[in-house]
Amino acid sequence: MTDPRHILSVTQLSAGYGEIEILKTLDLDVPPGKITVIVGANASGKSTLLRTMSRLLSPTAGQVLLDGKSIHHTPTRELARKLGLLPQSPIAPEGILVDDLVRRGRHPHRGLLSSWTRKDEEAVEHALTATRTLDLAERPVDELSGGQRQRVWVAMALAQQTDILLLDEPTTFLDINHQVEILDLMVDLNRARGTTVVMVLHDLNLGARYADHLVALAGGKVHVSGTPEDVLTEDTVRSVFGLESRILTDPTSGRPIMVPIGRHGMLDGHRLAEGEGHE
Amino acid sequence: MTAPAHSIETLAARRRRRTSRHRLTLGILAGLVFALFTLTMVLGQSYTPLTTVIRVLMGENVEGASFLIGTLRLPRALVSVLAGLCFGLGGVVFQIMLRNPLASPDFIGITWGASAAAVFSIVVLSLSGPPVSIVAVVAGLLAALLVYGLAARNGVAGARFILVGIGISAMLRSVTSYILASAPAWSLQDALRWLTGSVNGAQISDVLPLLLAFTLFGGLLFTQRRDLEALRMGDDTAAALGVKVARTRILLIIAAVGLIGSATAITGPIAFVSFLAGPIAARIVGGGGSVLIPAALVGAALVLASDYTGQFLLPTRYPVGVISGVLGAPYLLYLIVRINRKGRSL
Repeated sequence: MTDPRHILSVTQLSAGYGEIEILKTLDLDVPPGKITVIVGANASGKSTLLRTMSRLLSPTAGQVLLDGKSIHHTPTRELARKLGLLPQSPIAPEGILVDDLVRRGRHPHRGLLSSWTRKDEEAVEHALTATRTLDLAERPVDELSGGQRQRVWVAMALAQQTDILLLDEPTTFLDINHQVEILDLMVDLNRARGTTVVMVLHDLNLGARYADHLVALAGGKVHVSGTPEDVLTEDTVRSVFGLESRILTDPTSGRPIMVPIGRHGMLDGHRLAEGEGHE
Repeated sequence: MTAPAHSIETLAARRRRRTSRHRLTLGILAGLVFALFTLTMVLGQSYTPLTTVIRVLMGENVEGASFLIGTLRLPRALVSVLAGLCFGLGGVVFQIMLRNPLASPDFIGITWGASAAAVFSIVVLSLSGPPVSIVAVVAGLLAALLVYGLAARNGVAGARFILVGIGISAMLRSVTSYILASAPAWSLQDALRWLTGSVNGAQISDVLPLLLAFTLFGGLLFTQRRDLEALRMGDDTAAALGVKVARTRILLIIAAVGLIGSATAITGPIAFVSFLAGPIAARIVGGGGSVLIPAALVGAALVLASDYTGQFLLPTRYPVGVISGVLGAPYLLYLIVRINRKGRSL
C-alpha cells in the first residue's frame, strides 16, 4: 500500500557554517503523518538539521530527500507547496495586520498576475480558525502578546497548506501555558489533516509529551530515535546532556518525564553512588 | 477600534474596504502629483492660463507662451515627475529589502556612484545624452555590488551594508568634487547639479530616456513585487515561502539601481528624495498595502514641490536638491535619535 503523504528523509547528511562542520553524516527518516520532535544539547546540530531539511542551508555532503528526490534540486516554489517552515525568529513587517500576514502564507501558490482565489480564501479561513486567531485578524501583529503572535505565525505556515511542517523551537520565549497551547495546536493539526510535523524543541519533557517519534541528537549525529519511552532514558540524558537524572512516568499522559539530579537539594537516602554524576 | 471580525465573511468584507481605501489613497496621491505638475505648468514667474497651456500642449503655437511652456516648463515638470518616481521607487526597494529606513540609495553608495560616473563621463570623456545615463547606471550598479560584496559575510546584514555604503559614498563624493574642481569651464549652477541635484536646464530630450528607464526597471520590479513583500519577513521566512532569496535580491538591486542611476544621470543626486519617499508613503498607507507605488508618487510630489519652492517661494532661487535636503536632514536626525532611544543598533 502506498502512503499518499510526502516522505522526508535525510541520508548521510553533513552540513555546517563555513569551516565548521556541525552535522556529520546524519541519517534520519521522518515518519509520515506523525509528530517528530528533535532534541539535543546546544550545538548538537538541532537547528542546523532543521535548516538543512528546509533548504535554508546547503549540505556539504549527503542529501535531504522528499519523496526520493533531493530538495536541494527541487524548484523552490514547488518545494514550498509541500514543505512549510516556521523559522526561529520571523520578522513581522511594521504595522502589518494579522490577516495580511496570514495571507502571505499563500505566496507559493500564487502566480505573477494571478488574483486571490476561492481556494486561497479557504486556506486563510482555515488557518485563522484552526489557530483561533480570527478574532485578532484585524489587529497589527506588533501589538500582540508573544503567545498570540506565535499563533499568528503558525497560521501563516498553515495557510501555506503543506503536508509537512517544520518548526524551529516554536515555543521559545513563550510562557508555559502558551508553549502547551502551541504544541496542542500541532497535535490538532496532525490529527485533523495528517500533517507531518517536525519540531526542534528545547524542553525534553515537552518533547517526550508531544512526540510520536523522538530524536535525540549528539555531536551532529542521531544518538537515538524512537518512541519517547525508548528514547528518554537515564542513559540518553547522561550521554546527550551529560546530566544525571531520574525518569518518571507522567500520571496524566503516561509519557516519560525527566527529573534532573543536581548536586544539591537531595533528600537523605538519595545520595548518588561514589563517582556518579561527575565526569 | 472596530469590533473583532467573528466571521470570515465580515473579515473579507472589511478587507475589501481596506483595499478600496488603499486605492483611494493612491488616487489622492496621484491627484496631488497631477496638481503640482499643473501648478508648475501654469504658475511660474508669470501666470499662464490653463487653457493656454493646453493649447500649447496640443501643438498650437501661442505667441509668448510656446517657448515658456514647451521649452522651459514642460521638460522641467516632466523630468521632475519621472525623476521623483524613480528616486521614490528605487529608494523604497532598498529600505524594504534591508528592512531599515537608513538603507536609502543616498547613503549606500548608489546615488554617488552614479553621480561620480556621470560627472566623469561628461567632464573627462566629453560624453552627453544617453551614454551618460548608461555609464551612470552601470557605475551605480558597480557601487552597489561593491558595497554588497564588502558587506556580505554569512548573508547581508542591513547595518553592515549601510555602514560600508556610507564609506563608499564619502569616497565617491570626493571623487565628484575633485573632478568638478578641476573642470575649468564649469559654472556654479552646473557644479551644483552634480552635488545636490537640480532640474534646471531639463530638456525635452531628457524625458524619453528617463521614461524608458522607468518603464524597464519599474517593470522588472513589478515582477518581483510579491517576493519583495515576502523578504520583509526575513530571509528564512521568504525562503520557506518559496522565494529564491539570492536571485530575487540581485534582481531587486538591478531594478532599484537602474531607477536611481537613470534619474541621477539626468538630474544629479536630488538629496534625500529616495530616503524620504518610502517612510512618508508608509505613514500615509499604514500597515496594510504595498508601499511601492505610493513611494513612487510621494517621490514625484517631493521633487515637484521642492523644485517649485526653490524656484518661486523663496527670496533666492535654489536648485531642487537644496530644498529636498533641507526637508530630509531633520528626518534623518529624528530617525537616528529614535533608533538611539529604542536602544537598538541599526
